[in-house]
Formats: sequence, C-alpha cells, structure tokens
Amino acid sequence: MSVAEPPGRSDPSGRGSAFSGATGGSGLTIVEPLIFDASRRERRAVRFPKPSEAARAAAAGQPELPASARRRGAPRLPEVSELEMLRHFNRLAHLNHAIDIGFYPLGSCTMKYNPKVNEWAARLPGLAESHPLDPAQLSQGSLELMWLLAELLKDISGFDAVSLQPAAGAHGELTGMLMTRAYHRDRGEGEQRTKVLVPDSAHGTNPATATMVGYETVTIRSNERGGIDLGALRGALGPDVAALMITNPSTLGIFEDQIDQVVAAVQEAGAIAYMDGANLNAILGRFRPGEAGFDVMHFNLHKTFSTPHGGGGPGAGPIGVSARLEPYLPAPMPVLAEGDPAEVLANAWALRSTPGARFELDDDRPKSIGKVRSCYGNFGMFVRAYTYIRSNGSQGLRTISEDAVLAANYLRVRLHDAYDLPYDRLSKHEVVFSGRRQKREHGVTTLDIAKAILDHGIHPPTIYFPLIVEEALMVEPTETESLETLDRFVDVMHGIAEQAKTDPDAIRRAPTTTPVGRLDEAAAARRPDLRHTFRDETEASMA
Amino acid sequence: MAYPDDLRYSKEHEWVRVEDDDTATIGITSFAADELGDIVFIELPEVGSTLSQFGTFGVVESVKAVSDLYAPISGEVLEVNEALRDTPELLNSDAFAEGWIAKVRLSDAAEMDALMDADAYAAETA
Repeated sequence: MSVAEPPGRSDPSGRGSAFSGATGGSGLTIVEPLIFDASRRERRAVRFPKPSEAARAAAAGQPELPASARRRGAPRLPEVSELEMLRHFNRLAHLNHAIDIGFYPLGSCTMKYNPKVNEWAARLPGLAESHPLDPAQLSQGSLELMWLLAELLKDISGFDAVSLQPAAGAHGELTGMLMTRAYHRDRGEGEQRTKVLVPDSAHGTNPATATMVGYETVTIRSNERGGIDLGALRGALGPDVAALMITNPSTLGIFEDQIDQVVAAVQEAGAIAYMDGANLNAILGRFRPGEAGFDVMHFNLHKTFSTPHGGGGPGAGPIGVSARLEPYLPAPMPVLAEGDPAEVLANAWALRSTPGARFELDDDRPKSIGKVRSCYGNFGMFVRAYTYIRSNGSQGLRTISEDAVLAANYLRVRLHDAYDLPYDRLSKHEVVFSGRRQKREHGVTTLDIAKAILDHGIHPPTIYFPLIVEEALMVEPTETESLETLDRFVDVMHGIAEQAKTDPDAIRRAPTTTPVGRLDEAAAARRPDLRHTFRDETEASMA
Repeated sequence: MAYPDDLRYSKEHEWVRVEDDDTATIGITSFAADELGDIVFIELPEVGSTLSQFGTFGVVESVKAVSDLYAPISGEVLEVNEALRDTPELLNSDAFAEGWIAKVRLSDAAEMDALMDADAYAAETA
C-alpha cells in the first residue's frame, strides 16, 4: 500500500507520530491524526453572517423549544479551517481500501464493483432533485422507475409481488417475518406458531430477526455435505412452527440441492418458507425462488445489484412475496393506476414512455403491516439497481452469476492444496477454506493469515464465519475480477502458506506496511475510549 | 490437553462442578475460551431464573464471534459471577476457577449422567 506509514514508525502515544495536530507523514506517505487534534479555538471553515433585523423579527414570534430540551452551552466540536477539514477527509479517503482501489474478496458481503453508469443515472437531475413529498402527478417518472424495478425483481425472483421499502437486508428479513406473523394471526394460528427454524449455515441475522419478531429460534444442523439435514428438519417441523428461514446458497457457498424437498416439507407443515436472498449473486437467471415455492425473500440491492455497500450505502433490501403474503406487504405501494402493464413494460424496454399511463402510490391496503421506512425506501438505490439490471439485461445477469461462480471455483481448485477445504464440493459464489492445518502444524491462525494478506494490498476474506467451519476463511471474489487478479491472489495465498512453514513469526507480526499494525481488539471492546479529549483539556489537566 | 477430573462436561463445552447435594457451579471450558479467542462481553443469566439442560442461558462475545451459552444441567440460578461483567477476560485466563459463570440449585441430579467425564471430554476435543 503506497499510502502507508513505513514500518517501525509506530507511536507509543497512540496519537499519531511525527506531528502535533498538523497532518503528517513522510514524503507521500500519510499519517493522519484525529480531527480533534487539529482543532484550534475560534478557527472556522464557514463564518455565518449575523441574522438580519427582519430575520430576528420573524423568529421572535415563533414558539421556542422548552428549556428542558435546550442545551445550556454550545457543544465542543473540532474547530478547523475549510482546507484543513478537506485535507483531513481526503487523506482519510486515501487510507481507505475499497473495491475501486484493489481486490476485496470479503465472503458473504458480495463486494462487487459498482459500475459508474449507475452514478450517472442517479445524478440525472429529474431523479436526483425529485422530492419524496412531491405530488404523484409531478413524480410520474420516479414512480414509474419504482414500479419497473419491482417488475424486474419479480421477474428475476419468480415472486408475485415486491415491496421496495426495506432499507437493508436485515430490514427486509424483519419485514418478511412481520408479514409471516400477520399471516398466521390472520388465520387464527398466531398463538400456536411460536417457532422459527434456522439451519446452522444461515446468516446470523436470520435468528436475530426471528427473535426480534418474538419467535423462538430452533437451530437445524447441517449434514456432512454442508446441506440441511432433512431428517432433523422434518423432526422439528410441526403445528408450532411459523417459518423456516434458509440462506440459499448457504454461507458455505453451497446450493441446497434438496431445496424442493425442504420447501415441500415446510409447506406441508403450514409454515412460511423464507429464503435469505443475500447470496442471489450466485443464481441469477438459474434459479427463481418464487417458482421453487418460497413465500418470501429479501434482495440485497447493495450486493447483487451493485449499489454501494458498506460505508458508501445506504443499503436497500426489497422483499418479494408469494400471492398468499401479498396482502400484508408494507404500504404504500407504487402501482400502475391507468394503462396496460404489458404495454408500459414493452415501451420501457424500448426507452419510450407510454401515453396515458398513470402511476400512483396505493395506500389502500387494509391488511398491510404498515410502513417500515419513511417515504418509499432508499430511492437513489432504486435508480442504481434499475440501471444495473437494464444495462446488463437478462442474459447479462445470467453471465454475472456464471462468472461469479466460475471465479469462486477457480480459487477453490487452485488453493485447495494449500488450505483445507472442509466441504470440498462445487461452490457457488463463494468458497470457505479452513486455516486449521496452518494452526495445528505451524501455530499460524486464520487471523494471522488475514493480517498477512493486508501487506499485499488485498482486503482479507471474511474470517471465523461461518461458525461451523473451524478457522474459517471465506472468499467471495465476485464476477468482476480479471484472471490476472485472481492469479495474483492465488500467488499471495500460496506464498503465505509457504511462509507459515518457513517463517511463521513473520506472519504473526503482520501487517507491517499498513498505517497501524495489529490493534488490541480485546482492549478496544472491553474498555472503549470513545470520547476524545481536546489537547488543551489534556494540557490543563496535566498542569 | 488435560481437564480437571472433578468436573463433568457437555458437548457444548460447558462444565459442571457439584458442590454438595443440590448445588453446582457451571462455566465454559478452557477449550471453548481458547476457540473463542479474547472474550469481551458475557450476558449472565438472572439470579432466580431457571435453566433447562442444553437450553440457552446467556451469550458470550469474543473478538471473533457471538455465541450462545448452553446450560449443562437444569436448575435455578442462585448466584452469578459478577466479576465477569467488568473482567470477562477471567473466562480466558482461568475458565475452571475464577471464570465460573453461575451457581445453580440442581433440579435433577440424574442429568449428570448425560455429561462426559474429563477423559471423554479430552477425547471429544482432541
């Protein structure tokens, strides 16, 4: 990494070395202090004018906040000039690792490249400057885009209806489980169905969601092939089960090849079949969960459909549902109030608008679980996801999944001599290695390996997840990496496996080329120090 | 690895020490603590709550993962190790003594038969 502090320059004070409040570093390397350390009394980025007489007079008649809700003094915030602030955040941005800078195979997260055409579309003034409270007659384009995106997601997933409202994957799960509860209550089985079954290879958010909605979760073990244990599932199903939540492909990167039997067993028990769609990137154009009999699934637009993921969010977690859950979808729903859907779709694919078509927001949904998000969801993400789907087309989406699966399998085959592979099967979009051999034979843990990867300018894979794999190392390359990049990763991983044998201490010391070395994660979690003390306060207390 | 002979062990890596006729102390094993890595938080059961054998009774969080605690035996919680709230690292440094989690009044001493002795547990974790 070119922006790193050279090894050996770490600062025992923890405040950043070689500078006192100003930005530091040597040559083009960057060492950045906290913005609090750059603060000087009365320094300002923007000086506001004193309010005019007219403004004061206008404000005088307005009701004031009650005294109990007012601050007694101004908060102490960092005081810096505009240029200092700009440099601070630009320099932090240089220290960041992102998919736009390097390989980012973070398993389970689908850190795929976000094509820049998405950003172009999201910045089109007609979309970017639309306001969620504009009346429907002034928002026809935005409503049409939301309706079209929902139609596309229905087509991709095989579900009967889609709500775009949920703002994240786990939020989509929550929405789906609230609908599950509403469905059972409506049928008079709300009291009786108290359990949600979750395989041990599911995303951790699944049991968390079930618990949030008030269900008791029951874990279903995996079989030796990494699939769900059908016998255990059948044994656990009964009139007290509200739903099965299954992540497919699972967190082992394995497609559940008994999925038809799983869904049939769940339906026979009168329960709802929930599919966590976070791993949809593996199955686009190949498997439609709605068609397979699932009742509900969330999409992660920030994974599969290339909207920003992580700090660049916000996320978007639309849900697709079967006809029996449709009445419970969140309101309002963008609907085509006037016009022929087939004609509108045909025109949209030909980049034409449809004369006479009219969209509106339907709030008349008596069985709806209600709103789950302010306004209609994260609209800017809908524009990006819609752009991604349209710019790839159905064949393109299928190719995306094929390439993502091919890349994961390429890494599986090339690395399975150097690292253990507890479930050595054809992978989908990700592959889970185990560092147990390195740990046993050389005392090098998966954490050490992940730290060593940093020194090669690559973001490490997910580690210690899924929990059912010892010393797990979960790699998801996604579809956008070149063969050269994958080969370089293979070389790096082979090099680390070799070094674990010849010089394990070097790996245990890694990373050495990053701005900071190993952080004391335990101390940070046990004794977090979240309030910064300004320099003059520290000096005053020492005086 | 050798484990204390006076304890019984569960497959979920909890231990039990019977103190007298009807009380016992429970905790997690050193194997579990090592696998979890540095433990940063534990959610203890409430005094007076009832544990059921192999049911969840709390949560332990390490720098690696958040895991459920499974009760090795059934019974009423008489006392919890308050020291763990501020110093969860005791679970890592002294899992079988200072890092005990709770004392319980046993509801069914026969449940001990479903647990392993030290040798069997050592074989299980080898």
